[in-house]
Amino acid sequence: MKPYISLFKMRVLKGLQYKTAAIAGILTQFFWGIMYIMIFEAFYSSTTNPQPISLVELAQVVWLQQSFLVFIMLWFRDNELITQITSGQIAYELCRPMNLYSFWYAKLIAQRLSAAMLRCLPILLVASLLPEPYRFSLPPDLITFLLFIVTLFLGLLLIVSISMMIYISIFYTMSGTGSLLIFGVFGEFFAGMLIPVPLMPDALRRVVYLLPFRYASDLPFRIYAGNIGTREAIISIGVQILWLSVLVLIGRMWIKNALRRVVIQGG
Amino acid sequence: MIEVQSLCKSFKVSKRKAGIGAAIGSFFNPQYRTVEALKNISFTIGEGEIVGYIGPNGAGKSTTIKVMSGILVPDSGRCNIQEITPWKNRINHVKNIGVVFGQRSQLWWDLPVLDSFNLLKDIYKVPEKEYQNNLDLLTATLDLSDIMTTPVRQLSLGQRMRCEIAASLLHSPKILFLDEPTIGLDAISKIAVRNFIKTINKEKKVTVILTTHDMNDIDTLAERIILIGKGQILLDGALTELKRKFATHKTITVDYSELYSDINIEGIRILSQENQRLSLSVPLDRFNVSEVIGQLSQQMEIMDVSVENRPIEEIIVDLYKEHQL
Repeated sequence: MKPYISLFKMRVLKGLQYKTAAIAGILTQFFWGIMYIMIFEAFYSSTTNPQPISLVELAQVVWLQQSFLVFIMLWFRDNELITQITSGQIAYELCRPMNLYSFWYAKLIAQRLSAAMLRCLPILLVASLLPEPYRFSLPPDLITFLLFIVTLFLGLLLIVSISMMIYISIFYTMSGTGSLLIFGVFGEFFAGMLIPVPLMPDALRRVVYLLPFRYASDLPFRIYAGNIGTREAIISIGVQILWLSVLVLIGRMWIKNALRRVVIQGG
Repeated sequence: MIEVQSLCKSFKVSKRKAGIGAAIGSFFNPQYRTVEALKNISFTIGEGEIVGYIGPNGAGKSTTIKVMSGILVPDSGRCNIQEITPWKNRINHVKNIGVVFGQRSQLWWDLPVLDSFNLLKDIYKVPEKEYQNNLDLLTATLDLSDIMTTPVRQLSLGQRMRCEIAASLLHSPKILFLDEPTIGLDAISKIAVRNFIKTINKEKKVTVILTTHDMNDIDTLAERIILIGKGQILLDGALTELKRKFATHKTITVDYSELYSDINIEGIRILSQENQRLSLSVPLDRFNVSEVIGQLSQQMEIMDVSVENRPIEEIIVDLYKEHQL
């Protein structure tokens, strides 16, 4: 386990080097957050029907989405990993006495974690000073908060196991653009990043609940907002673990196959 | 220690002509040709040897190194390195080897060198004491003490290469594969790297296999060379033997102040004659160098004489020619 922890530490160290990127990210995400809530405010004020999620709850979801963006976005990629595959730099990774899947997994989690560490607190802090309905507030109770932490963490693992598929596909396609775009767009939509899952039509929502994407973002954020009850949350943790095991298993088998036929590019 | 037997590997390479038309054509009907990178490669290398693995570009040198380090699976053939087949048991195999790919970097670009080293220590699970010993030795012999805390991106190529070599030896591997370790280095760095390779070979009995295009590397390091061309082994033997076989001539260069008569010795070729300097190529099977100098001194007022062996570059060029590479 120690090598993975050190690798993790290294990646965090590297991520913390990019401070300006973090500041730029914070400002962008803050802007997006306000914009989203304004749109939803207009939507809520134009409808008289009761909606399955209140505007205040939705504001919590939006702020969490924005501050943990790097946790949950599939397009947040590690360019270094991609060039490693396409340029043959991967030769060195394969010279290490480690399982490549776990090696990359640790790296990718660290990358997202280090990026989020710099970004989430400032956004949430400023958002908590805003007036209603823009304000970001504390969760209803401690259990909700704990469930949020657990599901958020499992969601991170889930997202990384999905993004591993993107990286493995590059062994075959030699370019990350296609897989990233497809996974990015579909993933974002089915995670409820564009239209909040509670506002989706029933049929679509059923599809969304079957796919893994929403379990990384929609689930933990709505738990925090108090829109998902404890019972449903606990069942959902089971679903998260199930998806996680399936995806990791497939990923491991796939990478094994890819390595058997891998061509180390370049001389 | 290293046994390679009838290794074969072929690659599918897409081919297409330049231009938009060809690009569109290959979109619908991609054309491939098969390149046989390795054809029936076999050799055995014993413990403590330094072997120079040479050949022109595209001969299959790097491919062989990749197979031997377990990162490339060959089409057929056997390879046994310390009782392990590299590509079948990669993780156990790579614990025992160090690899330097001269054209790539294993250090973390944005972080100080020492961070990368510490990570490697944990990855290879090197005990603290052994790591400190190795690090001290490497720092001293490769002269790294000043650059350990510098981010890798701010190192010069020579400094970085010395760090790369150090990085591949932190876990005390018994075998070291060096794929063009001196590429792009200046003379001083090259000498430092060479001396270092010699030292670890002598003191730690590390087996070294190195590919290079710099014949001076081979000359100073390798006792044995394996010449590969178009995926086949063309020659495998001691360097001295090779020199004896191909160094059939010596070059005599004379500076003179006065010439009494034209130089014309039957069987000796004049390479150049200008500005009171004469260069001759003397075939050693028919002439004795001192005799030739004696003869020359009767025909001219000699100021200076030098006798040179044929440089190894030329021998290699001859070898390539002989095998039509």
